Amino acid sequence: MFAIEILDLEKSYQLGFWRKRKKVALRPLRLTIEEGEVFGFLGPNGAGKTTTLKLLMGLVFPTAGSARILGKSMDDPQVRSQVGFLPEQPYFYDHLTARELLNYYGQLSGMPVKDRSSKVDQMLTRVGLIDSAGVQLRKFSKGMLQRVGLAQAILHDPKLVFLDEPMSGLDPMGRREVRELIQQLHHEGKTVFFSTHILSDAEALCDRVGVISQGQLRGVGAVAELTAQAQGRVEIIFSAAKIPEAFTQLGAESRLRGDIASAVVSDAKQEAALEILRRERLRLISLTPVRKSLEEYYVQNLQPAENRKGVGV
Amino acid sequence: MKSRHATVVTAAVLLISMGGALRSLVAIDRMQRQAFAQQTLYINSPKVLRRLCLGYTGLLADIYWTRAVQYFGEQHHKGSGDFRLLAPLLQITTALDPKLLPAYQFGANFLSPKPPDGAGLPGSALELMKFGIAHNPEQWRLYYNLGFLYYTELKDYARASEAFAAGSRLPITNEFMPVLAARMAQHAGEFDTARMLWFTTYQSSKEASIRQNAVEHLQALRVDEDVARLEELVAKYRQQTGHVPARIGDLERAGFIHGAPVDVKGHPYTLAADGRVEVQDWKDIPFITKGLPPGEVSPGPRVSK
Amino acid sequence: MSTGRVGSIAFNTFREAVRDRVLYNLIAFALLLSGAAILVGEISIDIERLVVINLGLTAISIFGVLIAIFIGIGLVSKEIDKRTLYTVLSRPVQRWEFVVGKFFGLTGTLVVNTFFMAIGVFLALLYTAHRFDKMDGWVLVALYFIVLQFFIVCALSLFFSSFSTPLMSAVFSFALFIIGNLADDLRGFARMSHGLGGWLATGVAYLVPNFASMNVVSQVAHGDPVGGRLILYNTVYALLYSAMAIAGAVLIFQRRNLK
Ligand SMILES: Nc1ncnc2c1ncn2[C@@H]1O[C@H](COP(=O)(O)OP(=O)(O)OP(=O)(O)O)[C@@H](O)[C@H]1O
Ligand SMILES: [Mg+2]
Repeated sequence: MFAIEILDLEKSYQLGFWRKRKKVALRPLRLTIEEGEVFGFLGPNGAGKTTTLKLLMGLVFPTAGSARILGKSMDDPQVRSQVGFLPEQPYFYDHLTARELLNYYGQLSGMPVKDRSSKVDQMLTRVGLIDSAGVQLRKFSKGMLQRVGLAQAILHDPKLVFLDEPMSGLDPMGRREVRELIQQLHHEGKTVFFSTHILSDAEALCDRVGVISQGQLRGVGAVAELTAQAQGRVEIIFSAAKIPEAFTQLGAESRLRGDIASAVVSDAKQEAALEILRRERLRLISLTPVRKSLEEYYVQNLQPAENRKGVGV
Repeated sequence: MKSRHATVVTAAVLLISMGGALRSLVAIDRMQRQAFAQQTLYINSPKVLRRLCLGYTGLLADIYWTRAVQYFGEQHHKGSGDFRLLAPLLQITTALDPKLLPAYQFGANFLSPKPPDGAGLPGSALELMKFGIAHNPEQWRLYYNLGFLYYTELKDYARASEAFAAGSRLPITNEFMPVLAARMAQHAGEFDTARMLWFTTYQSSKEASIRQNAVEHLQALRVDEDVARLEELVAKYRQQTGHVPARIGDLERAGFIHGAPVDVKGHPYTLAADGRVEVQDWKDIPFITKGLPPGEVSPGPRVSK
Repeated sequence: MSTGRVGSIAFNTFREAVRDRVLYNLIAFALLLSGAAILVGEISIDIERLVVINLGLTAISIFGVLIAIFIGIGLVSKEIDKRTLYTVLSRPVQRWEFVVGKFFGLTGTLVVNTFFMAIGVFLALLYTAHRFDKMDGWVLVALYFIVLQFFIVCALSLFFSSFSTPLMSAVFSFALFIIGNLADDLRGFARMSHGLGGWLATGVAYLVPNFASMNVVSQVAHGDPVGGRLILYNTVYALLYSAMAIAGAVLIFQRRNLK
């Protein structure tokens, strides 16, 4: 059984009251997520990440297509007792305290009365809010609200967690805590589907990522898969007082920092470059093949699409 | 699938509760109509009401005007001769909006006649008319209504003539007004005068119940006039032959009339053994005064609803 | 299960109203009523009872209707705007449960509010008349009818707020409250008109909420009894009318895309 099975889910918004215009937010999306997987949903602003999550949560209705969550139709309200959701920039009933809010959500999720309050306190501890448990949420900072949001998403011990930009609004410490939290969830065997436009997070956490832009899925795969498509270049680092002339002739991109120089050359020129070092009696420090970073993948694959703005794909 | 199910259930709830709500509303309506009398009287001072309605007097006047018409219609329909609320309702209406002319007309027609045709309050009717003229001195209709009242209910020909004359001098008036003034002065030709009055009422009103009332009076006038005329002929026949005619046909054979005359419902008049002219369907013709069986009076009008 | 969730949502709505200091209106009410009671006690001999009941019940009705409208119009739209709904509807909560829970939360708030105000009215009656009368029992019926009106107003403002802006919802709800108080006259108008216009007028007259027959304040102020059948029919009417408005709200809300 797949944790999530998205079958050509599609969404366009109606704009304008009198003259109807259509804004396509998500083109037919087909995607499956395995149980126990941590999946990163990557894309620039306005790509359709939030739209996808809102569709899956039943907050907006698809123009076409369907999805199955944990083997059940996404319209089935029972599915949602197994699912946790953190919206982007979450906002909560600010007349409640953090503890009251989690209690309320626990009731709505159908958590049994007897272990609800202990579970709530446990959750507040886990996100580091136990000291502010009795404070009304209107007095919470943005980062604290984000933590409340995480707590409510995992409160009822869901099998599947959707997180929309879980790291946004957090300080570096907070980001690391969230990373650790996601890793813990992973170890507990839960499926995590999170959206982000921060590549390093995805790179560090995800088994697989999907890249989306302008409502269209551009690629799916393991981070290594997406990035390893070798570019056939190597980076050579060596100590030198100045970059030898011959390197420039090879067409290398070279840089000098103090007496450490680095040069990137194509695979084919690798032998020639090493020959130059030998000839000039320069000490080689390291030689590594250049792996394409996710960022470069992102830039290279999405940039042209960006420039084709307005043209249907 | 699931959400379609919910939609169907919700739509069913909506329709069923709408039907039930309407049904209970009809039941409430039926009950409230009986309780109507009590309700309206709680605030019966126009002054208090004026203050309470925060300046929306026009709207409130319209509401009270509707209430007055409805109240009269319903009491009439039930055949109850109880019109106690008519005067206060009309007073409130006109106090809230003194320019609401139909209210005065309505008052002139239905406040003063004796029950069951009206409330039997000529005094209140006069008061209402005078209030109306004070606030709308340029309206000939109000003078007309006043003259009408004096003539039909109070039989005060001098005052009636005065009222019609005053109305006839206004810049905008009705052609009958001077004639009526003159007729009142000589008080001659009862039938013609009455006809003119009711015709003017009919002409100058848009209110259905007033117009219906005028039509019925005009019809009754015609019947009364027919009966009077026939009785004259019967007397003449008796003079000439020494005995009363046995049937209407005898009058025709004697050459007094051509054909058998019929009343407004199309039924021929008949003759009693003592030579009285009788209207066959007198029960269906309200307001007639002649041609009734001995000891009977005309039933009040049935207000069509 | 469902009742549990509806109950939680209702309670949370109630708690929100209380924490937003809605019940502070009780202070204004108490001031108004005690001021009136004292003033009336000074000047008049016979009409204290009349004034206390008329003023007290009218104020209860106006305060309550204002609360019903101003909270009611925000019940759904505010949660959509602030996106507090996201984390509610992503749980096993169905949309109709949310709407129904909101309705009961608000009516519960109003019932509690009215309860305290009613105590105030009876205290004022006791203060002016020094004892209770048997006919004071009818005041309870008038209060009950007022609460029934709140049910309808809540349901209507909830209905409007499920598709309209708060401002327009307030305008619609308030207009319907006024029209509803003239509903019997409106039906009178309709009966007097004919043809297509009359037909339309009848439809409108019977569809707007009927508050007219639920207003027995002056009647009970004069100590007149209220018929048992009126109590029954008004109850049935108010419950069904509210159910109708809520079903309408659910039908619309169920189809809405949250922004
Ligand atoms: N309610 C709406 N009405 C009209 N258009 C909308 C609506 N919501 C989203 N969109 C459009 O749909 C597209 C996708 O938006 P979405 O919020 O899914 O992007 P995102 O990937 O979450 O972006 P971000 O990283 O900025 O959160 C955008 O072009 C947006 O303008
Ligand atoms: Mg987003």
